[in-house]
Amino acid sequence: MDRSSVAVKMRGITKTFGSIVANDKVDLDIRRGEILALLGENGSGKTTLMNMLSGIYYPDSGSIFIDDKEVSISSPREAFRYGIGMIHQHFKLVDVLTAAENIVLGLKEGKKLDLEEAGRKIRKICDTYGFEVDPKQKIYDMSVSQKQTVEIVKVLYRGADILILDEPTAVLTPQETDKLFAVLRNMRNDGKAIVIITHKMHEVEALSDRVAVLRKGAYIGEMMTRETNAQEMTNMMVGRSVSLNIDRPDPVNPKPRIEVKDLTVRSQDGILKLDHVSFTARSGEILGIAGISGSGQKELLESIAGLQPVEEGSISFVDDGGKKTELIGKDPREISSMGVALSFVPEDRLGMGLVGSMDLTDNMMLRSYRKGGMVFADRKSPKALAQKVVDELEVSTPGLSIPVRRLSGGNVQKVLVGREISSAPMVLLTAYAVRGLDINSSYVIYNLLNQQKQRGVSVIYVGEDLDVLLELCDRILVLCGGKVSGIVDGKDAQKNEIGLMMTKIKGGSTDE
Amino acid sequence: MNEKKSTPLMHITKRKELPWYKTWTIRLAAILLAFVACAIVTMFLTGDNPVQVYSTMFYGAFGTPRKRWILGQEVAILLCVSLALTPAFRMRFWNLGGEGQILIGGLACAACMILLGDKIPNALLMLLMFVTSVAAGAIWAMIPALCKAKWGTNETLFTLMMNYVATQLVAYYIIIWEVPKGSGKIGIINQNTNAGWLPQVGPSKYFLNILIVAILTIIVYIYMTYSKQGYEIAVVGESENTARYVGIRVERVIVRTLIVSGALCGLAGFLLVAGTNHTITTTIANGRGFTAVMVAWLAKFNPLAMIFSSLLLVFFGQGASEISTVFGLNQSFGDILTGIVLFFIIGCEFFINYQLHFRKSAKKEGV
Repeated sequence: MDRSSVAVKMRGITKTFGSIVANDKVDLDIRRGEILALLGENGSGKTTLMNMLSGIYYPDSGSIFIDDKEVSISSPREAFRYGIGMIHQHFKLVDVLTAAENIVLGLKEGKKLDLEEAGRKIRKICDTYGFEVDPKQKIYDMSVSQKQTVEIVKVLYRGADILILDEPTAVLTPQETDKLFAVLRNMRNDGKAIVIITHKMHEVEALSDRVAVLRKGAYIGEMMTRETNAQEMTNMMVGRSVSLNIDRPDPVNPKPRIEVKDLTVRSQDGILKLDHVSFTARSGEILGIAGISGSGQKELLESIAGLQPVEEGSISFVDDGGKKTELIGKDPREISSMGVALSFVPEDRLGMGLVGSMDLTDNMMLRSYRKGGMVFADRKSPKALAQKVVDELEVSTPGLSIPVRRLSGGNVQKVLVGREISSAPMVLLTAYAVRGLDINSSYVIYNLLNQQKQRGVSVIYVGEDLDVLLELCDRILVLCGGKVSGIVDGKDAQKNEIGLMMTKIKGGSTDE
Repeated sequence: MNEKKSTPLMHITKRKELPWYKTWTIRLAAILLAFVACAIVTMFLTGDNPVQVYSTMFYGAFGTPRKRWILGQEVAILLCVSLALTPAFRMRFWNLGGEGQILIGGLACAACMILLGDKIPNALLMLLMFVTSVAAGAIWAMIPALCKAKWGTNETLFTLMMNYVATQLVAYYIIIWEVPKGSGKIGIINQNTNAGWLPQVGPSKYFLNILIVAILTIIVYIYMTYSKQGYEIAVVGESENTARYVGIRVERVIVRTLIVSGALCGLAGFLLVAGTNHTITTTIANGRGFTAVMVAWLAKFNPLAMIFSSLLLVFFGQGASEISTVFGLNQSFGDILTGIVLFFIIGCEFFINYQLHFRKSAKKEGV
């Protein structure tokens, strides 16, 4: 097969959802033997475009050519017929089945199910590209990266030679990311066409051969990766020039603010989530928390916020005069009525921080509705606050009375963070504050966190992108399986060192 | 892969937000279509002239002043039960126990009338009837709410089961209080003295009930839309996690809201016994606890819109009983027509939210 032949040609693809134009006459070429990085901010239509290729959506207009033949892809099954396979952000695997069972699921080959034969085929695929999959292992026994491997093998097993990966590295450690990239390069060298959607510039630079940029649903342009750089790509995505450096102002007069001692938490099923965690978060600094997802980050923040039953240990809030207040055993209402100004940006924005079906004003009210008269809730000041947040954080929304669920991810996060910092907190807890956000929105959030830090707020930042943690945080606490595997200084820590600390203490379950 | 490119016959896309007049045009068109469909079904199944059937239905509901008052009274009671369910439903607490809560409220009311009638001043008696009815309904709803809040029991089953308990309790007391002995029913309570009967206010004996429910509609609307408690109910309904996150005590809100819900069902029982029927039977609620579920959903839990949805359902009910007597059809035929109309009304929501695109013939675009 011709190594750089065009596998997929998309011409004039348009897709609308109601009044939102997700893709506007997009032209895109995907070539064999090449890794294409598809770039764009949130809501620029990358995933929508790829979903049309994999048969999940059907375009309103435009044509798709595969090997120069016009085709119509109206279901994922047809997409497979054309050799197109997509690996989604959220895995679609059956937990109680083995890898091999998941891989052959839904296929009709031969008369009866032959798992032995399937196993052999799977091993052959693995050997070709350098995967490690045990066909007999159950999915629930696997780590996130193993599950992802199963997804990729599943697609290859079905004969896909055009692979689409939607933000594949969001859940991986640096080491796992490197492994994935090696496999992807092998597949490219084998002549497969690969599309990767990602927000992380250094990954684009490290992996891709060519980049294509979308902005607000429209195709902006493409270029060879080696002829461009992160700055240029970012400018193309955003449509203007942006600075890519994250500031790290020196902490001013840091004092202990939150003291956590021997915190131990079990989940409802009795699984140990936090094991004697101790640390101190100081005012005027950003304390980063690194770890593989599910290492206890959620439980840690929720314990501080008064949302998580604690088995033992203590969490005390220290005010400017050095007076300590115990937070364990108090619910969020009691914590705030004790005068502890604590704000929390949870991981699940629409399921916990906000109410998706309510509008901006009503969501601002969540924190303030108890104030004022006895019976009726005050809607005027939340409305003013919503307007202020929209203006100051440049939330793009058609109005204040639109359900927040309809906003894009970045705007949802701006609304949530805007509300949480409006109450002049002394402690600000954030969980994956920039997850799924594009570069522009991410920098807005970093700047907001830095502003809070300079106001003397103690910021706790749970993050997954180690590059960002290293640039933004003053100190980084690394969690591994619910234990503290170390606290390092943000300025002189190394990425690899943190990556190793994330996996070093092998205790309890470290996967999701 | 040599086959020709095939476009699917049709595909579905989400619509833009439609302006209100367009959505109402769609809804109106749906109702008109429903009437056409009903007409076809009527002709096909019965051979009667559908225009005649419709005019008979209309006459059955609105034909005489008496029929209009009965219609108003029926709408009022159904609306009252629907309003009662609203706070619970907004909280995603599926209270299917309206039936039992009405019955137990009515039973409490009847008990006061029977046991205390003529023994205490009438005004005091009525106050007592009111308080006990409302309290009985509230307690009946509070029991499943407490269990849900404490142990996470399934409220749908629990409230449903409470209906049977209430029915059996009423049956038990009917035997104890039956008049005359052996008749198996209570008959009109305090027929001679009218003790505990709600007085006639205005032009009809039904007017007071209608007035009370009208005021209640406005109160519930304000409670749900502007009060802090209404806001808390909405937050708990949408996401318990969010509610906990902002420090709302979810368990307390569940119990408090169900007390309100049950109390209003109890009020409906009070209005039925003291205002309309002056007796109690096991069927006095007449399925309203369930019909109200439909009324509330059709109105998307908006108390003001419930006036129309309850009117629609009662209109069909009254109209159906009229055609069953005039044309010799049985009551079920009216239910068939109601079903068809509901199908169209609910189905048209799909066309408000989505659009169908059909394959265009001979679509050719530049390569």
